[in-house]
Amino acid sequence: MASSMPRSLLSVSSLLCLFFALACAAPANLVLTKVDRKIDLSSQIVRSTTQIRVENKGSDPASELLLALNSAQAKSLSYLRVTTSEGKGKSKSQAIVLRVLPAEAQSPANVTFYSVQLPKSLNKGETVALDIYSAFTHLLTPYPVEIGQSDVQLVLFHDSAHFLSPYPVKVQATAMKVPSFRVESFTKVEPSKISDGEIRYGPYENVPALSYMPITAHFENNEPFAVVKELEREIEISHWGNIYITEKYHLTHAGARHKGGFSRFDYQSKPSASGASSFRHLLARLPPRAHSVYYRDEIGNISTSHLRSDLRKTELELEPRYPLFGGWQVTFTIGYGIPLQDFVFKAEDGRRFLNITFGSPFVNVVVDNLVVKVVLPEGSTEASATLPFAAEEALRTKYTYLDTVGRPVVELTKKNVVPEHNVHFQVHYRFSSVAMLAEPLLLVVGFFAFFGACIAYTHFDFSISKSSSSYQARQQREEVLDAVQRIQKVMNERAATSDKLEASLRDLARTGNVATCKAARKEADAKLKDTNKDLKAILDSLPASSRSTVLAKVDTLMQKEREKQEKLQQKHTVTVEAYEKKLSSKEIDSRVAPYQQKLTALKQEVAELFHLLDD
Amino acid sequence: MTAAERASPSKGRGGAFAAILSFATLLLIGILAFSIRLFSVIKYESVIHEFDPYFNYRVTQYLSKAGIYEFWNWFDDRTWYPLGRVIGGTVYPGLTLTAGTMWWVANALNIPLSVETVCVFTAPVFSAFAAWSTYALTKEVKGVGAGLTAAALIAMVPSYISRSVAGSYDNEGVAIFALVFTFYLYLKTLNTGSLFYATLNALAYFYMVCSWGGYTFIINLIPMHVLLCIVTGRYSSRLYIAYVPLVILGTLLAALVPVVGFNAVMTSEHFASFLVFVIIQVVALVHYIKRILTQKAFRVAVAFVLTVGTVSALTLIGVLIALVATSPTKGWSGRSLSLLDPTYASKYIPIIASVSEHQPPTWPSYFMDINILAFLVPAGIIACFLPLSDSSTFVVLYLVTAVYFSGVMVRLMLVLAPAACIMSGIALSEAFGTLTHSIKYQLDLPDPPAPPAVTVDQAASSTPQVSSVTAAADSTKEKSTSEKAKETLRERPVKRNRKKEREIIEKSVEKKAQKKKPPQVLPLEASAVGIVLLLLLGSFYVIHCVWAAAEAYSAPSIVLTSHTADGLHVFDDFREAYAWLSHNTDENDKVASWWDYGYQTTAMANRTVIVDNNTWNNTHIATVGMAMSSPERQAWEIYQSLDVKYVFVIFGGLVGYPSDDINKFLWMVRIGGGVFPHIKEPDYLRDGQYRIDGQATPTMLNSLMYKLSYYRFAEATMDGKGYDRVRRTEIGKKFFKLTHFEEVFTTHHWMVRIYKLKPPKNRLRGKNKRKTKPVSKKSRPTPPTKTSGRRN
Repeated sequence: MASSMPRSLLSVSSLLCLFFALACAAPANLVLTKVDRKIDLSSQIVRSTTQIRVENKGSDPASELLLALNSAQAKSLSYLRVTTSEGKGKSKSQAIVLRVLPAEAQSPANVTFYSVQLPKSLNKGETVALDIYSAFTHLLTPYPVEIGQSDVQLVLFHDSAHFLSPYPVKVQATAMKVPSFRVESFTKVEPSKISDGEIRYGPYENVPALSYMPITAHFENNEPFAVVKELEREIEISHWGNIYITEKYHLTHAGARHKGGFSRFDYQSKPSASGASSFRHLLARLPPRAHSVYYRDEIGNISTSHLRSDLRKTELELEPRYPLFGGWQVTFTIGYGIPLQDFVFKAEDGRRFLNITFGSPFVNVVVDNLVVKVVLPEGSTEASATLPFAAEEALRTKYTYLDTVGRPVVELTKKNVVPEHNVHFQVHYRFSSVAMLAEPLLLVVGFFAFFGACIAYTHFDFSISKSSSSYQARQQREEVLDAVQRIQKVMNERAATSDKLEASLRDLARTGNVATCKAARKEADAKLKDTNKDLKAILDSLPASSRSTVLAKVDTLMQKEREKQEKLQQKHTVTVEAYEKKLSSKEIDSRVAPYQQKLTALKQEVAELFHLLDD
Repeated sequence: MTAAERASPSKGRGGAFAAILSFATLLLIGILAFSIRLFSVIKYESVIHEFDPYFNYRVTQYLSKAGIYEFWNWFDDRTWYPLGRVIGGTVYPGLTLTAGTMWWVANALNIPLSVETVCVFTAPVFSAFAAWSTYALTKEVKGVGAGLTAAALIAMVPSYISRSVAGSYDNEGVAIFALVFTFYLYLKTLNTGSLFYATLNALAYFYMVCSWGGYTFIINLIPMHVLLCIVTGRYSSRLYIAYVPLVILGTLLAALVPVVGFNAVMTSEHFASFLVFVIIQVVALVHYIKRILTQKAFRVAVAFVLTVGTVSALTLIGVLIALVATSPTKGWSGRSLSLLDPTYASKYIPIIASVSEHQPPTWPSYFMDINILAFLVPAGIIACFLPLSDSSTFVVLYLVTAVYFSGVMVRLMLVLAPAACIMSGIALSEAFGTLTHSIKYQLDLPDPPAPPAVTVDQAASSTPQVSSVTAAADSTKEKSTSEKAKETLRERPVKRNRKKEREIIEKSVEKKAQKKKPPQVLPLEASAVGIVLLLLLGSFYVIHCVWAAAEAYSAPSIVLTSHTADGLHVFDDFREAYAWLSHNTDENDKVASWWDYGYQTTAMANRTVIVDNNTWNNTHIATVGMAMSSPERQAWEIYQSLDVKYVFVIFGGLVGYPSDDINKFLWMVRIGGGVFPHIKEPDYLRDGQYRIDGQATPTMLNSLMYKLSYYRFAEATMDGKGYDRVRRTEIGKKFFKLTHFEEVFTTHHWMVRIYKLKPPKNRLRGKNKRKTKPVSKKSRPTPPTKTSGRRN
């Protein structure tokens, strides 16, 4: 099919030429006095730069100029820019970009007109110089369509030797730059020649309007035909200081399809002669100060990439998992973060705007379908995008981490994107910094609610049936536990007082100061009395129905304890008396000893019971 | 966590402080268990590991995409082509459902985690849960201290880490938690006699059945313990409550899981539980009758029942044996049989035997996997016998059976790990307890004799007497109280207060031990040294575990790294090949490889495979094995008949990756030969030796595996000699052409080589082909030579 295409195109278009010449008169009496066309075929993108000089030969002033493209070119046109420069020669300083619209004028079949709005209408006899810059994708067709691993890639390029224009052209010339010296063939339209990797057509003089002279060039082009079928860029703004960009690629090699096997041995041992048109590296120019760069696909991280960064730029060189031959595909995701202050600014009207490049950061890559999603922070309003070219725009909502109302997303869709589209665009939105606190507050409230619920659960009674025996048993148990704890507390107090008493005895032994010892005794006695009362109160408060075991235990404990205290008191009295009588120490000891002995035994018993109560 | 909280009020001694301390310790243990498993993410990446996890990951993906009902009905046509596989009915769904639920909850809360992330971190999360349930289990046996120690040990035991590092998304990750938790609930029920816990226990058992085939361990171990309790006269109504609901509810619930279904009542693995179920009913009945009858009447009744019972039981057993004997495997599945008879697998099922994790472990692997626990376990057993309780007998029984099973299969080391941790936790905690008590006792001693130095001699003479007297008194008292408590325990029916009393008994028993301690107190210096040594031992363990987690067990096996002079070198060939397959072949192409790579191919490349790691159809695997070991033409015919478009082999000869297909080739031959007798293992061996050099047999050198592995390999090596870096030899056949296969892709380090089957030749060309026929004929005359080789 591919082989027959050039011929059919040729015949059809030559027929059409005739038709145009007869049917379509030029819309205005404009004449192109000079056309100088340069077509760059050295990469997969066809870039054409045309300098034209327009003169108005008619009487009416002309305000617009029509540009013509044949249908194939119109379909793959991705970028068109017309500029004019004020002044002449060297003072061509400021170029004015002119508006280009799809023309409303009747266009013959197979030809598409674009209307260029001239900066000022052209009066009779006046001339204006225009620079037309256009880029086309998928215009180079590989031929042969399938190549083996050791073959080079040859491509066909179709165009017209004459500049297609609805106006007559006085003088014109075309130069096509091909990437290598190997040119298989090209259509000869005298005068035409090839030199230094350039195929030159012309100069031709006095070519009538809409003249179409099909030419075909067949030449070697081993440049990577890297085409991204789908690219989804997600730009997520976080006012905590970063912008996160995630780019999902579906990359293919759109050149001549690979035929037959792939021998790794050949590929590794003869890099020059094998897989000339394949590529294994891609270079992405990321914004300066890009950080947290990652490169992965759906089955994990891809380890073949290099990141170089300096103050001006960050360059990411990455290798897909395998080299790409014609027709092979691969998908991957890259992501990186960039500092917020470099890309988000405040506008005069209080709104904020994001100013960032539109296209893919990869060099020399064509994107068939580009979707740019700008995810604004939650709570932003009045989102709108400003682009230097046309793109579909839609507003959506996205929910991510801890979102409640969702984040507004400005979604821009554009087909056929070339690196020329990689210019800055703006997204304006209104956002108050207070909204930043929404998510932390949400977390705080969430945790607070959780802890509150826990506290409530432990402190409130959620039993359904308050009369069930198990419930009552538990209730009672808790009461008992409570009482036991109080008893323990009192007991501890009593133990402390008795310790004090003993300490006073020890002091007595050391200093012989009977008075202080007596004072201590008095104090302790008072304390013990008090606590005795307390104990009784608690014991009374113990529910009568409570388990006898506990009660019995408490009783024994209290008895023993009281006994102990009594013994201690006795001991105390005896000792103090002895001191008052100024008995010898040996005598004192002998008197105290029986008490002491009992006391120790009791002490141990009490400690034992005390622990038992614990359980 | 809640257990810790609940422990505090009853514990009381330290009060709220102890509760908070143990809670914080548990929290830290959980964090430790989680984070020690993240080495793989830090050192490599957040990626699913190995083989089986890829299948689980794929199932989870399907679940999250299609929903639960679609999942149950999922018939997977991408695997076992052309048979397919009913995933919903043949997979243990616990892990998948768990991760799927986690993913769903996260996404419902607007936390956009990917399924992969959830899958990667499921196992670490569940190992934290496992640590907490180990705490609860050990607490039931020996108190909080032992619980905390055991939890800390299991948080980092290498054996468990090996199965639950981040990315190791396999059933065992959640199953160990389920196992320990089920055991905990069993002991809890046993200790409290609460029907609430019995129900929870059945639910936990259900979760375990959902998660792992190892649930049969539970349903055999618990009956064993019940039987043990009955035999040793420890029958109680608590035992009845712990066991009977578990069997009834558990079996019903287990039968709900499609993969188990009627197996829950039909296979021999479950018979033990039913037998014990009957026994415990009888015992309960006997106890009841004993209570309502007089002594004499009871004796008569026993005599009567015994005679009738023996006869009927004998007939019943006879019938049962006859039934079981009629089934070929005696009602036991292959894996279970290989558990009971370790030599079974190697004798009958090469597929089970070919998996390295089904081999018996070596001694070093014990040291590697449980490290110092191996030495602490005996001490723990001793500690469990003083005093012996229902729960401690259970733990001992668990340990003993787990040791046996781990001795049969390396993989079951995993079941041993919790038991070893519990035992070691008990041992360590008891040792620390003894040592610190004796230190404390001796530090406290100088305090009481503070009263004037005068009393020294008297005190010295009096105190020993006193203490001995009091001790004696104490012990008698303790005995009486404990006996009394026991009596009340027997008499009373189920009651809530039981728990408290039980605790009292245990505490009093402990107290007795404590009380007795002063006489057997260790010297201060000895105990200090002992503590230091124990700490040292513990730190060795920690160092070993961290090393094992970081170095030994965190490699994802699909990404390999090597350290060279100029830094880290990454071998990412597997994913390179899978990515190539997934993007550059038709979606419905069938890909053949050895079964090891089946799961990965379906998950990563999304291509239909012939066989995969779920080795359910021996014949199918044998067919692939036969194709790999056949000459090119026959292999092409086999693959053509299976509609295979691509064949890939793993080849490590260029970079020295040892577990490649050439090294697995003998298993392919064995498995292939097991079904297709014309593949004979000796044909591939020269004098019983497996070799691929010049001495190799022609059958070997002409096999498809050899050809696909070494195609154009000799040219690629330095001097054209074809030096294989894995086998460390020069290959036998260097320059050959492939006639029926075409190399379509080879990865960067040649580790994966993908070939495409050439389309069948046109009939017209067949005439010309006659001339080239000798090539294929040449391969045919080889059999005589190989047979002669065998005769030699």
